[in-house]
Amino acid sequence: MTTAVPPAKPPGRLARWWDSDIAFSFRSSPVTVMATLLALLLVLAAVAAPLIAPYDPFDPASLDLSDGFSKPMEPNEITGKVFWLGSDGQGRDIFSAILYGSRISLLVGAASVLFSLVIGVGLGLVAGYVGGRTEALIMRVADIQLSFPAILVALLVFGVARGLIPPALQERATLFVLVAAIGLSNWAQYARTVRGSTLVEKNKVYVDAARLIGLKAWPVMLKHVLPNVAGPVLVIATINLALAVIEEATLSFLGVGMPPTQPSLGTLIRFGQQYLFSGEWWILLFPSLVLVLLALSINLFGDWLRDALNPKLR
Amino acid sequence: MLAYILRSLMQGLVVMLAVAFIAFTMFRFVGDPVVNMLGQEATLQDRAELTERLGLNDPVPLQFARFVADAAQGDFGVSWRQGRKVSSLIVERLPATVELAVLSAIFAFVVGIALGVYAAIRRDGWIANLVMSLSLIGVSLPTFLIGIGLIYIFAVELRWLPSFGRGDTVRIGWWTTGLLTVSGLKSLVLPVLTLGFLQLTLIMRLVRSEMLEVMRADFIRFARARGIPERKIEFRHALRNTMIPVITIAGLQLGGVIAFAIVTETVFQWPGLGALFVNAVQFVDVPVMSAYLMFVAFVFVLTSLMVDLIYVALDPRLRGSPAMAK
Repeated sequence: MTTAVPPAKPPGRLARWWDSDIAFSFRSSPVTVMATLLALLLVLAAVAAPLIAPYDPFDPASLDLSDGFSKPMEPNEITGKVFWLGSDGQGRDIFSAILYGSRISLLVGAASVLFSLVIGVGLGLVAGYVGGRTEALIMRVADIQLSFPAILVALLVFGVARGLIPPALQERATLFVLVAAIGLSNWAQYARTVRGSTLVEKNKVYVDAARLIGLKAWPVMLKHVLPNVAGPVLVIATINLALAVIEEATLSFLGVGMPPTQPSLGTLIRFGQQYLFSGEWWILLFPSLVLVLLALSINLFGDWLRDALNPKLR
Repeated sequence: MLAYILRSLMQGLVVMLAVAFIAFTMFRFVGDPVVNMLGQEATLQDRAELTERLGLNDPVPLQFARFVADAAQGDFGVSWRQGRKVSSLIVERLPATVELAVLSAIFAFVVGIALGVYAAIRRDGWIANLVMSLSLIGVSLPTFLIGIGLIYIFAVELRWLPSFGRGDTVRIGWWTTGLLTVSGLKSLVLPVLTLGFLQLTLIMRLVRSEMLEVMRADFIRFARARGIPERKIEFRHALRNTMIPVITIAGLQLGGVIAFAIVTETVFQWPGLGALFVNAVQFVDVPVMSAYLMFVAFVFVLTSLMVDLIYVALDPRLRGSPAMAK
């Protein structure tokens, strides 16, 4: 663009954003745009599930056994009802079940990412800022945690929680237990990253200045250091959201996740697997497809974000 | 070199003790061992007797010491659910998991290195590009979906391979093997592919990028200048130097193999340790859970020790430490 004619009025906030480096790199990558749109669509559909879903899969009164095993897009042989993506053995609409299921999957995923983010960033800040023994201890624990596979840690946390929570509360507590189990198996990565960048930031002049005006350690960490180490955290959080959704699905698939009364995508796939041999492919295929698309689109977005925020690649 | 090995040994010991402490804490404080072993209806006297016999009245440090001593001898107590010794449950299921894990590691290693080298040498060929894009999709696929997909293709549609179990096994001493019967070998194919797939993509991508890096190094240019045939440079000089990071990652990935063995074994109803562990988690069978944890930690320590030893074998610089040099 030429600089000869200055714009009559400064461009609006939106226009400025549209011209920024990040927006440009976003626009020029069609794969990222597609992935983002897909992810947004899936998230929106999950959030608005009660508005969109044609049936309520949790209302036993609306279920009719003669609706069972309807094929996708074909009228049922007995009742003549059409289920877009078919129905399962109890006459539950697969489309509605997927909407509600991805709602639970995303809820558990997002909450556990938030949980591990808070723990990891907190411990990382403390480790980097305080240093000494505290740092050594925190990073040692993080090392041990990182060397154990996340799914194993999550299974252990889940088992321990089962042993400690009274049976009457267990079904209601499952969601929180899952969030804790997945969250506790993924915090170490944040702690490592944040500690690394905190070590760099700690020696900069603005931190000295903040300390000189008499601020205590916590305000310095939270108000001054934290905003400057947040970039990489955002990238890890995005990619971890996809991982957390898959981890939740895996746990539910193994039968140690969401109960059948509140199925997530993994629980739906677990059910669908039973029909693999009898030819009712739609009960298994559609939830699996949604899970893969969800994970893939979030992953692609995260990959792009990592490259876009990496100053070395600019 | 001796100091190097001793240091790895010490580190392994510390890790084992830390994990033993976690396992002990679970074993002692999650659920009540006495109630779980005797059932709800036992008399107070029975309970008191068992509490005394299990040594649960002793000070906690003493109990921990006893736990470690027992664990070192392979004694993890009795399963709450099955009422059998945990050690015999593990011994019974160990062969299934070991055969599955070792075969899939070999599969991932051999195929992964071959494909990685190919993708690096024929960098712009269409096969290399296809393999690379497929591996990207493969990374986003959850393991259990890969397993289900394979079952659908090879067991449901084509009916070539069985979809669950180990098939017929042959007993050799306490070891049961599926490697000597046709149905045992057939049963191994799908689980091995499922478990090896993720490892394969990781190893392949790593070999490719390392190989591309090494091929730009000076010693490769000098080898070319000396007129050594390209084939020989690729395999004798370049591949050998890409192996060190590959072996590190592959060794560390063993944890991943064990973790995904849990998933694979559940998908294929494979009678191994992973399935035992998932069942233990479902029914809060704490002795089995803590024993499995110790087992996994032991495998970890053992492999990282082996990785350290392989380093010494592959990298001449590590042989003869400064202290031993003349």
